[in-house]
Amino acid sequence: MSDWIEACAAGEIDEEDVMRFDHGDRTFAIYRSPDDEYFATDGLCTHEKVHLADGLVMDDIIECPKHNGRFNYKTGAARGAPVCVNLRTYPVKVDAGKVLVQIG
Amino acid sequence: MARGMVIIGAGECGGRAALALRDLGYDGPVTLVGDEPHLPYERPPLSKDAMSSDAPEIKAIASDELLAQRSIRHIHSVQAVAIDREAHKVRLSDGSVLPYDKLLLATGSTPRKLPMPGLGPRCVYLRTFADALAIRAHLSAGNRVAIVGGGFIGLELAAAARKLGASVTVIEAQPRILMRGVPAEIAKIIHDTHVVEGVDIACGEGIASIADDGKEVRVTLAGGKEISADLAVIGIGAVPVTGLAAEAGLAIDNGIAVDAELRSSDPDIFAAGDCCSFPLAVYGGRRVRLEAWRNAQEQGALAAKNMLGAAEAHAAVPWFWSDQYGLSLQIAGLSDEGRITVRRDLGEGAFILFHLAEDGRLVAASGIGPGNAVARDIRLAEMLIGRRARPAPEALGSQAVKLKSLLAA
Repeated sequence: MSDWIEACAAGEIDEEDVMRFDHGDRTFAIYRSPDDEYFATDGLCTHEKVHLADGLVMDDIIECPKHNGRFNYKTGAARGAPVCVNLRTYPVKVDAGKVLVQIG
Repeated sequence: MARGMVIIGAGECGGRAALALRDLGYDGPVTLVGDEPHLPYERPPLSKDAMSSDAPEIKAIASDELLAQRSIRHIHSVQAVAIDREAHKVRLSDGSVLPYDKLLLATGSTPRKLPMPGLGPRCVYLRTFADALAIRAHLSAGNRVAIVGGGFIGLELAAAARKLGASVTVIEAQPRILMRGVPAEIAKIIHDTHVVEGVDIACGEGIASIADDGKEVRVTLAGGKEISADLAVIGIGAVPVTGLAAEAGLAIDNGIAVDAELRSSDPDIFAAGDCCSFPLAVYGGRRVRLEAWRNAQEQGALAAKNMLGAAEAHAAVPWFWSDQYGLSLQIAGLSDEGRITVRRDLGEGAFILFHLAEDGRLVAASGIGPGNAVARDIRLAEMLIGRRARPAPEALGSQAVKLKSLLAA
């Protein structure tokens, strides 16, 4: 089982928003939902490798900033053209005000 | 037995429409007819990534496997030559005949030809993957490229050519680049960036003559200046492909004229994407024709729905983008609808111009900045435009006010 990595402080992300988190040579997107839960996915859109953290979060959807590909960031499910490949998701927990991601 | 759905044009719009018919549960025959030899593919990269890559590749919308799996018959390298509306049949250039229940014309647009004598093999246009490959072969260090037309295709190509070390001259007859649809303040930033990157831009001067001996092109400007190039790429706009529709007697008005549901003057024939003009609901039904990737995609999907009887009106706000060097431009709405402009700075040189109508309604937003700096706010602006919102100008102009908070208002 891989370790939990600290991504950021819980307060660093606004509700219904997203933040980019780079670790080693990998990049992730960390989300805070409108109901104050945290989620993590791969950082790049599966369509053209654009950083999703520049996109817009509405409810449980992240929209790619470039071509409006949509994903449910809680499940990683692609939600229609131009994206057809799902986004990988990662377990997240909040501990002592820190957002931790298990990037495995 | 169902005659099925026939789609003429296997680009972004036609390809999306075919997939959408299946997504919506339609189980009759779906036939997609395209005149290119390729799978349906994305055109936006042709003037961008495909140009900077050593071996440009097609970015297909659907693979052969996916088309087979979804029972979409793709007929390639063939043109539709006539529609028999009475019999509900389309005749193809290979002599075959396709019956249809509903027909979708997604014939796209084609580059506007430069109406001048003297053009030869070194004067080219960019529309297809084959065009892109031919142009790419000339973009190398030491080569000289003349680009006729300071629009998006030409400017994106100029950026790609500079990246590859070619010397580039852009010739624009209008007083500035990007006259159509881009505010002067933003066009100036793009202009200045090209100049910094080493592009020579000649604005406000027409072309007196062109001579092409098959090895070199000589462009002579009205003022006498002569530009010699190994290749001239002409990017002076596009015209809708309407021949098939016109011959079938369908109404044409700057494109195949369709209603809000993308239905042509024949109730069993729809048109979508670059080839059609349609009433844009967000501006009170103003008839427009859009040459944009996302519009092609959205209208393809909407046409599929309405071919199946949904009767849903087009409600989207126009949106497009352009990438040049590290800069990205995004525009939501049509800025010529605006009378008042409010600027919002986003930091790092990125900013958005909000265009408001006289009555305070937000009608468009134009943004530019490094990377995807403007994307999120342009998307929010697009939603505000779609809702016919009248946000306070001071709120739009203030970085302290989150645009998302205006959506709730």
